[in-house]
Amino acid sequence: MGGADTLRRATRLSGRRVTLKRFVLLAVLPALLSHAPPARAQAGDPARGEVLFRACKGCHQVGAEARNGVGPHLDGLFGRQAGVLEGFKYSGAMKTRGTDGLVWDAVTLDRYLEKPRAYVPGTRMSFLGMRERQDRVDLIAYLKALSREAPAADPQAGTQVRAEIGAAAMRLEGDPEYGEYLSSECVTCHQISGRADGIPSIVGWPGQAFIRALFEYKTNVRTHQVMQNMTTNLGNEEIAALAAYFGTLDPQ
Amino acid sequence: MSDISRRTFALMMGAGATTLAMPHYARAQGKPRAVVIGGGAGGATAARYMAKDAGEDLDVTLIEANPRYTTCFFSNLYLGGYRSFESLTHGYDTLAANYGITVVNGRADAIDREAREVVMADGSRVPYDRLIVAPGIDLIYDSVPGYSQEAAGIMPHAWKAGPQTKLLKAGLDAIENGQQVVMVTPPNPYRCPPGPYERASMMAHLFKEKGYTDCRIVIIDPKPKFSKQALFAEGWETYYPGMIEWYGPDVHGGITGVNPQTGEVETDLDTFRGDLVNVIPAQKAGSIAASAGLTNDSGFCPIDPASMRSQVDGNIFVIGDASIAGDMPKSGFSANSQAKVAAMVIRGELTGSKVFPAKYSNTCWSLIETNDGVKVGAQYAPTGEKIASTGSFISQTGEDAALRQATYEESVGWYKGITADIFGA
Repeated sequence: MGGADTLRRATRLSGRRVTLKRFVLLAVLPALLSHAPPARAQAGDPARGEVLFRACKGCHQVGAEARNGVGPHLDGLFGRQAGVLEGFKYSGAMKTRGTDGLVWDAVTLDRYLEKPRAYVPGTRMSFLGMRERQDRVDLIAYLKALSREAPAADPQAGTQVRAEIGAAAMRLEGDPEYGEYLSSECVTCHQISGRADGIPSIVGWPGQAFIRALFEYKTNVRTHQVMQNMTTNLGNEEIAALAAYFGTLDPQ
Repeated sequence: MSDISRRTFALMMGAGATTLAMPHYARAQGKPRAVVIGGGAGGATAARYMAKDAGEDLDVTLIEANPRYTTCFFSNLYLGGYRSFESLTHGYDTLAANYGITVVNGRADAIDREAREVVMADGSRVPYDRLIVAPGIDLIYDSVPGYSQEAAGIMPHAWKAGPQTKLLKAGLDAIENGQQVVMVTPPNPYRCPPGPYERASMMAHLFKEKGYTDCRIVIIDPKPKFSKQALFAEGWETYYPGMIEWYGPDVHGGITGVNPQTGEVETDLDTFRGDLVNVIPAQKAGSIAASAGLTNDSGFCPIDPASMRSQVDGNIFVIGDASIAGDMPKSGFSANSQAKVAAMVIRGELTGSKVFPAKYSNTCWSLIETNDGVKVGAQYAPTGEKIASTGSFISQTGEDAALRQATYEESVGWYKGITADIFGA
């Protein structure tokens, strides 16, 4: 009995630690790390960059198996024109920057990562930015080490998701009409244009990533009071419908 | 009726002697007409959703007296110096141009429920099949003895955003170190429950920024407790020690009067003198709701919780601050949420579109000090009796700075989101 209780507590605690690490600590991680001794070389430290990349992992994949998710995959990033990966729904702003000549390299990435919404106003990426230059240098070093010359073979294959979360909803075919009705509750905060101004863009996500995110709020894996409250009354059918509807929209 | 005959019909009517009587707004015969009175968070949202979702099947008219709308929500942030007045102001051009809504810039004087027509101040009439009444609040000036519409020129209420907000801001900007502001806050129910206390926070922030920490803000409250009280109390203690004093009725014993000439607020306990006095009186539904007989003894409008339909008239829906919305607070978010339900039901009745079960939600964010935002919110569903809360949340005392900053940034994002949802983008 006592053993089982202890175990349950330990599991809950570790679950909570994971939650914190993923969704709260991540936001402040760059700042924490910047207090490390300043004796590092000016060149980037990919190992430190890998730790920093945890803040990006929820949306971006990098490496040979990388796929598009909520954000575009980052394989073959260096030298690529902005906003051109097939199968990813970029904001109009990002596509325009690309056709205007923005190409990702260490310099442009550094500026984008510092303040994404200042460098590409209208970007869908809901990341506020990385203030410390060394953080950006290290992250870029990591991306460079992992990102290969050629993009992954099948970037449209969809995100790999943990099967147990939201599996039933993922098997349903969502009704976009029902989703459109339900969406009226979402778009009071999340702009239908796909713009992210302090509240994440939820337009054009892969369906499975959308469903998984809502279930993570529903099951308190993700902690956000409004979203946890919003998802309380959403069942599988509702979540599948919302995913279907928002998936049909194109960001402006 | 063909296009040509429609046009001819309109021309004939336009040329006729009855022009002044009504036909200016008369639309093609046969097309159902939805009319909205009031272009705020509720009314403009309802007009936009009906027009957006019904397209050509529905004729949507929005009646609003002001050519531009200033949001009451976030107006405290203008008082605190965080936002410009212009950033709170929105026009109706997008609703007219992108959604085909007929925007009538004029004042609705009365509702002829028998004839199903809105009577405008200029005597013209706007016919409707379904009407949404979203007039917001009217202030009951004499709920505070000695207060009046004239007195509001000296003791601004600033509870309807616009010139009053600017007047209060000018008064705050003129305050010098060591001076005192007195706030008289309203009894329940009123628009924006945490609003007065966020406002006190913004006043203190403004003074503190100037180094005027000897200023005092005295709140005379007719209520024994208020929204987010623990959160505000904690914030005031942390950021503005000694600057904000709150007196509930068990301490001041009752507000017996205000004197605009002397700047005094009299209570049973004492007379408080303010170098600036902000009186927020009791409230009721906008006057057109009462004159149309849509209100009850409470001064607000009873509705059917599943549709926002008036309990008095089946062709009329009342949304936003003017309605009795059960557990929902009077807020721009609530009005926006109720508008979507009413719009869906009306569209269903007039065009045969699918009607889904009603769902409502609300979140109210408040700013206590720079990057320290808090929130309270809930979801709601209709029961037989009222719109009832099905789950709620509130920020906690002692939250870390990163979470509070995230909450503030989220509120800024919400403002952009909801104003795009109300006025189109």
